[in-house]
Amino acid sequence: MSTAIKETQKMIEEVLSAYPEKAKKNRAKHLAANDPTGQCSTCQVKSNIKSRPGVMTVRGCAYAGAKGVVWGPVKDQITISHGPVGCGQYSWWSRRNYYNGQTGIDTFGTMHITTDFQEKDIVYGGDKNLDAALHELKELFPLAKSMGILSECPVGLIGDDIEAVSKKAEKEFAIPIVPVRCEGFRGVSQSLGHHIANDTIRDHILGKGQLDKSTPYDVALIGDYNIGGDAWASRKMLEELGLRVIAQWTGDASINEMGIAHKAKVNLVHCYRSMNYICRHMEEQYGIPWTEFNFFGPTKIYLSLRKIASYFDDSIKENAEKMIEKYKPMMDAVVEEFKPGLEGKRVMLYVGGLRPRHTIGAYEDLGMEVVASGYEFGHSDDYKRTYPEMKEGAVIMDDATLYELEEFTRRLSPDMVGSGIKEKYSYHKLGVPFRQMHSWDYSGPYHGFDGFPVFARDMDMTVNSPTWGLIRRKR
Amino acid sequence: MKIKDHNELFQEQEYVEQFERKKEFENCPSAEEVRRVSEWTRTEEYRELNFKRQHIKINPAKACQPLGAVFCASGFEGTLPFVQGAQGCVAYFRSHLSRHFKEPMTAVSTSMTEDAAVFGGLNNMLEGLENAYTLYHPKMLAVCTTCMAEVIGDDLNAYIRTARGKGVIPQDLPVPFAHTPSFVGSNITGYDNMMKGILTAVTAGGKGEPNGKINIIPGFDTYTGNYRELKRLLDIMEVKHTVLADVSDIYDSPNSGEYKLYPGGTPLADAADSINALATIALQKYSTLKTLDYISNEWSQPVSALPPIGIKNTDSFLEEISKITCKPLPQEIESERGRAVDAMIDSHPYVHGKRFALVGDPDLLLGLISFLMEMGGLPVHIVCTNCDKKFREDAEAILSESPFGREGKVYINKDMWHLRSLMFTDQIDFLIGNSYAKLLWRDTGTPLIRIGFPLFDRHHLHRYPIIGYQGALNLVSVIVNTVLDEMDRKTMNTTSFDVIR
Repeated sequence: MSTAIKETQKMIEEVLSAYPEKAKKNRAKHLAANDPTGQCSTCQVKSNIKSRPGVMTVRGCAYAGAKGVVWGPVKDQITISHGPVGCGQYSWWSRRNYYNGQTGIDTFGTMHITTDFQEKDIVYGGDKNLDAALHELKELFPLAKSMGILSECPVGLIGDDIEAVSKKAEKEFAIPIVPVRCEGFRGVSQSLGHHIANDTIRDHILGKGQLDKSTPYDVALIGDYNIGGDAWASRKMLEELGLRVIAQWTGDASINEMGIAHKAKVNLVHCYRSMNYICRHMEEQYGIPWTEFNFFGPTKIYLSLRKIASYFDDSIKENAEKMIEKYKPMMDAVVEEFKPGLEGKRVMLYVGGLRPRHTIGAYEDLGMEVVASGYEFGHSDDYKRTYPEMKEGAVIMDDATLYELEEFTRRLSPDMVGSGIKEKYSYHKLGVPFRQMHSWDYSGPYHGFDGFPVFARDMDMTVNSPTWGLIRRKR
Repeated sequence: MKIKDHNELFQEQEYVEQFERKKEFENCPSAEEVRRVSEWTRTEEYRELNFKRQHIKINPAKACQPLGAVFCASGFEGTLPFVQGAQGCVAYFRSHLSRHFKEPMTAVSTSMTEDAAVFGGLNNMLEGLENAYTLYHPKMLAVCTTCMAEVIGDDLNAYIRTARGKGVIPQDLPVPFAHTPSFVGSNITGYDNMMKGILTAVTAGGKGEPNGKINIIPGFDTYTGNYRELKRLLDIMEVKHTVLADVSDIYDSPNSGEYKLYPGGTPLADAADSINALATIALQKYSTLKTLDYISNEWSQPVSALPPIGIKNTDSFLEEISKITCKPLPQEIESERGRAVDAMIDSHPYVHGKRFALVGDPDLLLGLISFLMEMGGLPVHIVCTNCDKKFREDAEAILSESPFGREGKVYINKDMWHLRSLMFTDQIDFLIGNSYAKLLWRDTGTPLIRIGFPLFDRHHLHRYPIIGYQGALNLVSVIVNTVLDEMDRKTMNTTSFDVIR
């Protein structure tokens, strides 16, 4: 075992020492020193396991994964938060899944629509009201293409039969009514919500869309939620590559696109964590291959363009080379502009299920090093994909707690941290430059050739803002 | 290097064309049909249909009980809000409050999952208390619940007793609790329940000599500036006071390069001694109903609810303080009043006769109605999602006190989609609401004055008080300057584009 790994392991032990025995034992399995070769057996973290109570996990719930991540962005569906008012309120318009359309008329993405459970719904059940709610919505929003019923905790606990209500309404309205059993107590994080949402796409929407003609270049862009326009920037590249993007899941998605992805020649997957399930299904059911790609930063973009092109004929492969040739000078110019201010800076990441590994290359393009990274809701396949991306002895964290994040920050002294809104302001207080890596801090896009300059600019303004220098620390 | 982000990028021709191409796969309605439906949603007919709706809320202006409870709990010294239930709720509360205040917010969850749904949440609570206490060293753990714990019937009192019995937490650690089901009431109810829970716990057995202080309960007030303003006024009056759930330093802490889990809050000793105060004054009525009842009945303390928003309301509040403490109103405050009134007189031509729509929490609405009428403004559509008939009576009583209340109509249990219909069928000049009301601004073109909670899309507004005379001055400024901004926008290509207003 190398010194780097040993030193990190020692640091982890120190951090863990503050925990009570049982929690310490549990948390020890989720923190590790990185071994890029994957051979060191103690360097593998456990993941997708219940969070310990009371430790201040950063994680959310299945509803957040199903409503907030997968279904919420589908623009022409009315997504109903079925249950009490809070869940829909706190997830309202917060994820920046951009879409085109007229909100409230033909699209509904930035609206908060809820059955607003009251005590009587708990006592007598909410099915009757749900049925009435669907009718009211149908009348008020005649252009809605579908309605999704996203269950909150009480629905599953009181034994409501939302499937029966959905079935009845679907028959009556002749549009899909999708019951989604994503109660927040199910599973251990957002992750099960992704899976449940994938299953409902499979059961209620996939295969039912309309696509008049097919071409050999048809692809579906899967697992891109169009945060700050990411999917649009990616789509632009895929089109330039000569491909026809028949479906965009689920950023700026329409129900029709959700129904025709099975007609793609290849499914291109950006966020593997949240949408691998449906890709595997399409592979088994329709024989559609799928491939992961990474559009963060030029190095990974070039690799990904070639990888995607390899699924197609020479014309596409040539296009990939042409694109790389065309855009490389622009990317080099971005690097040249920002690298001097970022070179050698050390980054700590703690994000959801994709970015802890997918953004590493983009940081490295700017001369930065990711010294710690972790997932809120990654699984072992995510970590396996992460180890080789990071240096030996880097810290790997699974389901980190506020306490751990703070301790690792003190010990590693990163030059910047990328994480979420709950973490953001404690870092501001610490005087550690911070960027929200869920919402891009209201910036973006970060994907693709159009996204990288924005990413570089934003990391530069984060690390090099003069405001950090104004902080007067107690001596 | 010129870098285009989403603000400019997607206006570019190649993206506009890309969006057009994408429509091939969207199977979207024709532009003509969208236009037709859009027009229809602005009609009286649609309004009628919309107001018939009983079973669904669309863009409601309320949050759930435990959000109010954790907010309240965080306002006490060294207190860690502790939420029994599924863990996503706490992630949401923390995000929501952090987005508004742009400050860290700490709270823990007991992360209950399927097995807890079957067997109950006792084990989660026991381990949660132990972990939270050991890791985060709170002086108090304030427990509330999510709907999951409520539906399965977790008994907080018994669980906490068990935890003490097992030695999971120290015997003397205060662990107040409140049941806060999100399917009852709203954020203001949760605030009330938690406040009552905390006061019950920390004052137990503490009845003693009167301490000569006044207790102030701000209520679900998300303006940190209000807390500071309140304390400033009371200090000027030399009134000894305890602000209960003083969140000002929690959600507006100085940056000293240090992250403190508990950067302030009402000292627990002061909270414990609140039972011995002269009187308790709440600055909101609907978020303190049960608490005031409790204080009145159990502590036999005089209580009142006096929201100091606007001139007359502030007068009443300060008069009450004077009356209780026998301290006269100092000249300094009298002068402040004079300056606020002077500003209102200076600005009145731009507000007089202007018609307003308002949406928000009930107590805020009551204060704003009163203030607008003092300026000669007309509150027209008053929409509240989390209120009852009593609120309507209160609001109507205030409206009836002034000729400027003549057009005011109060809509209870309604949401912002209802308000949209109202704004299309009976147009108003200005809208007052939280950040989400910007959807209404976009749809109707009515300028939005951001007052309320949450305020996500403008920075620092919550740091400026809206209570007291200073608050009245801030309200005048924000309202009149929005009116003037709008006037400039509307007249920029006309001769009316004046430099002096």
